[in-house]
Order: sequence, then C-alpha cells, then structure tokens
Amino acid sequence: MSGAGVASLPTLDDAIALGLTESEYELICEKQGGRAPNQVELAMYSLLWSEHCAYKHSRKLLRTLPTEGPHVVMGPGENAGAVDTGAGLVCAFKVESHNHPSAVEPFQGAATGVGGILRDIFAIGARPVAVLDSLRFGEPGESARARYLLDGAVAGIGHYGNSIGVPTIGGEVYFEAPYEQSCLVNAMALGLAPKDQLVRSAAAGPGNVVVLFGASTGRDGIGGASVLASAELGEDEDKRPTVQVGDPFEESKLLECSLELLELGLIVALQDLGAAGLTSSASEMASKGEVGIDIDIAAVPLREADMEPFEVMVSESQERMLCVVEPRNVEAVLAVCEKWEVGGAAIGFVTDSGRMRVLRDEELLADMPVRALVDDCPLYDLAPAKPAQPLYEPPRAVLTGEESPGETLLALLGSPNLASRRPLFEQYDSIVGSRTIRRPEEADAAVLALPDGSALAVSIDCNGRRVAADPRRGTVAAVLECAANLACVGAEPLGATNNLNFGNPEKPHIAWQLSESVAGLGEACRALDAPIVGGNVSLYNEGATGPIYPTPVIGMVGRLPDGGRAGRLGFVNAADTLALVGPFAPSQAASELAKLRGQQLPDGLPEIDLAAAAEALAAVRDAVRSGTLSSAHDVAEGGVAVALAESAIAGRLGAEVTLGEGHWEALGPDGDLPDPGWPEGSAAAALFGEGSGGILVSGPEPGLRALAARTHVRLIGRVAGGRLRVSLDGHELIDADVAELAAVHAEGLRELFA
Amino acid sequence: MKFGVLQFPGSCDEVDAVEAARHVGDAELIWHRDRDLQGADAIIVPGGFSYGDYLRAGAIARFSEAMESVIEFAREGGPVLGICNGFQVLCEAGLLPGALLPNVNLRFTSRQVRLTVEQGETAFTRACTPGRELSIPAKHSWGRYHAAPDTLAAIEHGGQVVFRYAPGENFNGSLNDIAGVTNEAGNVMGLMPHPEHAVHELTGGSKDGLCIFRSMRLAVEGVAA
Repeated sequence: MSGAGVASLPTLDDAIALGLTESEYELICEKQGGRAPNQVELAMYSLLWSEHCAYKHSRKLLRTLPTEGPHVVMGPGENAGAVDTGAGLVCAFKVESHNHPSAVEPFQGAATGVGGILRDIFAIGARPVAVLDSLRFGEPGESARARYLLDGAVAGIGHYGNSIGVPTIGGEVYFEAPYEQSCLVNAMALGLAPKDQLVRSAAAGPGNVVVLFGASTGRDGIGGASVLASAELGEDEDKRPTVQVGDPFEESKLLECSLELLELGLIVALQDLGAAGLTSSASEMASKGEVGIDIDIAAVPLREADMEPFEVMVSESQERMLCVVEPRNVEAVLAVCEKWEVGGAAIGFVTDSGRMRVLRDEELLADMPVRALVDDCPLYDLAPAKPAQPLYEPPRAVLTGEESPGETLLALLGSPNLASRRPLFEQYDSIVGSRTIRRPEEADAAVLALPDGSALAVSIDCNGRRVAADPRRGTVAAVLECAANLACVGAEPLGATNNLNFGNPEKPHIAWQLSESVAGLGEACRALDAPIVGGNVSLYNEGATGPIYPTPVIGMVGRLPDGGRAGRLGFVNAADTLALVGPFAPSQAASELAKLRGQQLPDGLPEIDLAAAAEALAAVRDAVRSGTLSSAHDVAEGGVAVALAESAIAGRLGAEVTLGEGHWEALGPDGDLPDPGWPEGSAAAALFGEGSGGILVSGPEPGLRALAARTHVRLIGRVAGGRLRVSLDGHELIDADVAELAAVHAEGLRELFA
Repeated sequence: MKFGVLQFPGSCDEVDAVEAARHVGDAELIWHRDRDLQGADAIIVPGGFSYGDYLRAGAIARFSEAMESVIEFAREGGPVLGICNGFQVLCEAGLLPGALLPNVNLRFTSRQVRLTVEQGETAFTRACTPGRELSIPAKHSWGRYHAAPDTLAAIEHGGQVVFRYAPGENFNGSLNDIAGVTNEAGNVMGLMPHPEHAVHELTGGSKDGLCIFRSMRLAVEGVAA
C-alpha cells in the first residue's frame, strides 16, 4: 500500500470522530487483515457502517415485515420496489427522508430529497410520474423557525419537481411541537416502466467498464451520511456545507439520458449516487453482483482540482449515476451522454477479486473486501423499554373546552393540522404528464391514469401523535388510513413503502417505540395484503428538547380498474343519502380536539379490529367501483364533524345529519359483527372523536343499504342546501353556513405564505 | 396537417403537447439541435424550463438551432403557438411583443383558471366562441405579462390581445389581465395557461383547450371557421 494516508495513518480517535465505535474499529482492522485502515479506507468504512447506510439498529426489525405478494415485481434491496399494475406496466415506488439536511437548509434539503428519490426510480429503469411528500414541523403559530422551515421546504420541493416535469400529486403535513428542532421531510416517488425494462443494480461481468455520468464531483455533502444522518443535530450552522445543492435541470437531462441508455440496451447495471456517493454506489453494485470493482479517481471529472482522494470517494454531489457497460458499448454510452449534454467518464472496471480498490492512475490508495464494507457491519439488537413517564409535554391549549360545538368545528377547520393545504399544493405542478385524474383535495387519494383506462391510486400518511400515544396501534391506524384513502377512490392495495422516522434508537424508550411500531406495521400490512417493497429509516431525529413523535410514514399504492369511476370526497347531489360506514368507534384519545385543548397524550389507544376494518374498506371500494356512491371520505382528524365539513366544502353542498343511537338507522350483517360502539354522553367524542374504520359516504339510498351486507352502516341524514346541520341525540349542535366553513378552512395556512 | 413540437433539454410539457395536438392532427417532437422542422405545418413551443431557465426564462432556448428555423417559419407566416415557457421563448426571440415577469406573489402557482376569448377570428381561436370562458390550468412562476405603455396600447388597439384572465383569475399580475397575445400579423401566439392540459375531462378539468388546436388546424387548411 502506498500513497495517501500512509504517512499519517488515522487512529482510533479519528474513527470515533467519524462515528464508529471502538469495537467497530477493531473489527475493521481485523477485516483489513490485521492492519489499521488508511484515511481513504476509514472514510469509506465509516460511511458504509453508519446507521444511514447499514441500518445497523433497524435491520433486524425490518426483516420481520411482509415483503412478498402476488403483485410484487421487485422487493426491498433494490433502489426502489416495484409492483405489477396489471396494465402491462410495473409501478416502481419508494419513500425516502431528507430530514437532517432540511433542518439545516430547508430549500436545498427538500429539493435534493426530491432529486434523490427520483433517481432511485429511474435507476431501476422507470420513468418518474409522480411525487408526494410528507412533512412535519413545529407549531407555525408559535415558532418562526417552523414557518421558515415550512416555507423553504415547500419551495424546495416545488422548485425541483416543477422544474423536472414530474407532478407533485399529493402529500401531508402536520405541525407539532416535538418536530420543532427536528423537522421531517420525506419524499415519495412513483415511476412506470414496461416490465422487461426494469434493471437491477448488481454489477456483473469481470472486465466490464464502470461509467460515471451526470454532474461532476465536488466537495458538497462530504460525509453527509455519517455527520448529518446518523447522529443528533447540535450546532446546525457548522454543518451547512455538508448539505448538497440540487440542480433539477441537470437531473432532467440525467433522467432522459438514463432511460435512453436502457431503451437502447447499452448497460448491464445501473445505480444512482446518493448518500456516501461513489463509495456506497460502487460497493453496493459490487456486493450485489458478488464481484470486485476497481475505481480510478484520476478519471473522475472534478469541480475542484485539488480534492483529496477520500473526498472524491465520499462526495455527495447530486445528479450522478453509475453504470456497468460491456467494453464494446462504452463508446455508444458516451455518445448518448453527449446527446443529452451530460458528462460521462469510464472510471473503473468490474473485477473478480471481490475487493473494492481505489486507485489514482497506477497508485493503489485503498483496498478492502467488498463483503466487509457492505455486509459485515455489526447489527445491533435494540434494548426496548416502555417509558415509565410520558415522553412528551402536553401541547399548549388553544381551546378551553367551553366552546360550543359550532365554535369548536370552526377552530378545528382553521387549525394548522386541518386547514386547507391549498397554499402548499398550489406551489406544485400537479398535472404535468397528463395522468392526474384526482388533484389534491379532490379525493382522499391521488389518482393517476394508466394507458389502458385503469388507474393507480396513491396515498401517504402517518399521524405521529397517535403513534406517540400507542406505537403499535398508532402505526396500524396509519396503515389503515392509507388503505382507507385508497378504498375511497375505489382502489385496492398493490404494495406499500415506509419511512421510519424516529429518535435515537440507542435509548430504550425510542427502541420501544421502534419495535412496537414495526410490529404494528407488519401486522396491518399483512391484514391488508399490502407488502412493503422498499423504504427507508431515519433515526436520531432528536435534539436538546427531546425526540420527535415516532413517525412511521406509510406510502401505499393501489389500482382501480376504471379511472373514470375514481371516487371523490366532495358531496355531489343534493338529496343523496349520507351514511357512516364501518366499525367506527370514536374516542377523544390523542385526537386533534384533545390537542387543541392541551391534553396530555393518553397511554395507549383503543384496540382496532383489523379484520372488520379491512372488510369495511373492501365494501366501500367495491361500491365506488360499481358507481353506487357519489362521494366517499375517510373519517380522520377531527372526527365525523370535520369529515362532514370537508365533504361539504369540497362539494359546496350542505347536509342535514342526525347522530346518536336510536336517531339514525343502524344496519349490519345479521349477528356477524360486534357492535362497533358509540360514545354515550359525550358530544365532543361523538362529533370530534377519532378512530380507524369509519368512512363517510353519500349516494342514492339503495346502494348505501346494500353495503350493510358486509359491514356496519349507519344512515345519518342527507345532502342538502348550503348549511351543515348536525344534531346529536335529538339536539341540534351545529348549524353552519358551508361558505363560512370553507372560508375558515381556506385561511388557516394562507397567511403563512402571504 | 402536422404539428411540430420543439423539445429542449428541460422541456416538461412537450409530450403532453404532442398528445393534445394528436387530437386534431399528426404531431412529432423536434429536437432542439435540429434545424429541419420536418415539414410541420404548425409549430408548438412547449412549456417547461428550457435549458433550466438559467439566466432568464426562455433566454437561452431562443438561440437554439431549432428556434432559428422557427423564427424563419414564423416570418414566412407559419402558425406558431408558444405555451408558458414557449411564450417566454417567443418573447425573447422578438416574435411577440412584451415580456413575462415574475408573478406578483413571487411563487410558482398552479391553478385552474377561466380565460375569456377576446378575439374569435384568429388562427388560434376561430374554433372557439368569442366571449366564452375557457377553463384551463395555469402553472408558472414567471407569468406576469408586461409591455411598455405604447406597445400595450398598440396591441390592444390592434386586437392582438386574444385571451384575458376572467375577473378574479389574474393571479400573476399581468397588465390588462392579458393571458395570450399574438404578433401583429396574427400567426404567432403566446399563451401562459396550458391548453394542452385541458383536452380531456378526466385529466384536464375540461376539454376547453381543444378549440385552440382545432383553430390551428383550420387556419393551416385555410378554413375560416
């Protein structure tokens, strides 16, 4: 071994500074044949053995998730998962986080988050057709930082997605104090490809050439994976240079170039460069193909001439891809790069050595077994322990509990978590590509047309407050909510992706949240036949003020046979009958109302009957498909009253609603289903209580009655006029002008973007 | 009847424009490095972020080889429609009067807007009903139409203002609510909203954009209306 690093061999202290433990360092020395790693090697090990790349605290849990199903074409382990749409195309999709960079620099952090997830999609040969995002910030009414992060992240997502011509079709945002220091920016993308065009990332064929194409390599994002993503954030300002800068125009060319290379059959394997740059891309391609790779850093096009070898290997410069090419095709590959004005350079070879070697011309700078780098990072067992004391402070009260039901409804509709998201999604192009059948706030899920007349539906969701109250049931509820959103447009799940956003897993209470949540995730995805085909883990989301709410964001993709019959959430016809469908038993526990009243989180949520909820969703899905419903909207935050108001606002029609046992007509299959339960004596719980399994539907009465063959149906009134009138147990509690509800709903977030 | 749709690096809506134009005729993409317009009877300069829109929206695309041919085609009277970024490119190329400035809210904004048809006799509107409102999506961050006072007076006087935002719809702050203008000869039009995204009820919110493509076909075929 010669060259860089030998003169000043790094020490154990250097390894610890890079985030490795003493025992990990010792293991690395052992894997290196008993010698200490040099600077380049240590930099590469420290990144690949970071939490971000190695999933060392989560991998054992992730292995318990269901990953197989009849529609799965590509499961976890590739750049993205893929499912068969049945329309001659596969849908590739994945969600990924860019939390830590966004907390430091929200615009670029969010923009490059979108850029990164798009590359994951086209890295497997699919053309990206949609982006969704899932965002969490502190309370905008109380925190200037929350408003700054929100504004920057939304602008960054729009900047990247709009400029590259991929529509942003949906998403979600919640505001809660525990996200004040650690915001969450998760981006999900979907792509479409002919089944035979999917490409894997396994390098193959010793002697084949490794080509790096796209942007040149600079000093941006040096060590991002270990510095930013694998430890708690402290002094953010110092870390700003480790945030990458995105260029959507470069990515647009890279996307077209990559797809053209695949279409022409010019490449053997393809991989994007994300966290840990060339280091992880090359090592993972070699590992999957069980081969070795030699990289000559002298051949890598650089932005700055004097970059150190380790910097070249760990740079996280954006908009770069790595591919493996047979020698006879190298010239043709570089010609396609030239057509798209994308840089391209042959930088190495596939070898049969099983080793990752870094050279500068003839000089050997690093030499490591691929298996040691990629597969031998120790995996840790968590030491979960349920916390004895509440982890989170009660939220600040904004309601006293003395308000009338009408005042409470207005307060909820205007609150940051429930107000219209129009000020955000108006900043996104949601229609480019001409596939968008349901735009944001038109239906519970986004719907995309497929060429054969069928359609894809997609939803992303997670109410972290409910997960914090009960990690297992809260996660089940998040999965159910996604499935309910799909059912409301008439779609059945094909598969799901998840992004586990948690605090520091080395702490027993976070380990407990994580293990309970993953258990709930597996349970719900099995019950709903929604296998997890890929995902991401973001840990260490905590600061001096404590951890975030545990936030296992779920993205679910489904299909519906006829895009023309996609459901919508707004009322359509005056005189339609209204029904509350499913085993819905509302409770105030961890509800939005409880939050606005400043209540401490409860210790646990009511049990959910997954089988009954799944059957209710199937019944609604089939009714939407057969065209017997005018509208369908899942009852979520804010309970029945808010669901009614949202359907009224979207449809610009009021309703007359009668709630309460003995006041509605309750139907259900004879004796098969237990009574779902209804809160007695509490108007707040009845009107604003939350829980899984409830869907508000409208339509001609016979179709609604027919649902009772499979699930609970409560006929609660009819669509009528311009006012929303709700009575409970015979007393009128709400009588509001729909236009007034709409105005309050529209204004809640508007001023943040003034 | 064949439409040619330009494709620059960074174009976003070129495939949508091809699909929309195919409702009324043939349509093909024309690569930005290609001087040959492939016998197209009408040209569409599509939306997107040509060359990343670095420097200024449309400022670089205007110098492409394909645009040089389009400028010649337009000077010979060929119909040219610029949509969104295409409108910006045509202004930069000097084929249309005025310029497009950042929206007054300084944000990318995406909305379904109502447009009124101001002139029903042009090559782009002869199949549309004058005075009728069209529901068409708009999505841009540089869409505020601006022109010097004398230019503005001239285009208003000359009947070159073809589309206006209906009352309450002018979110970008365009002068005189102008959404679409033609050149003096009437064979080149720029339009900020996207008619190619309003050709199918299911995905466009309406089919109102189709009348613009139909009008272009009628104009090429020499039919009045």
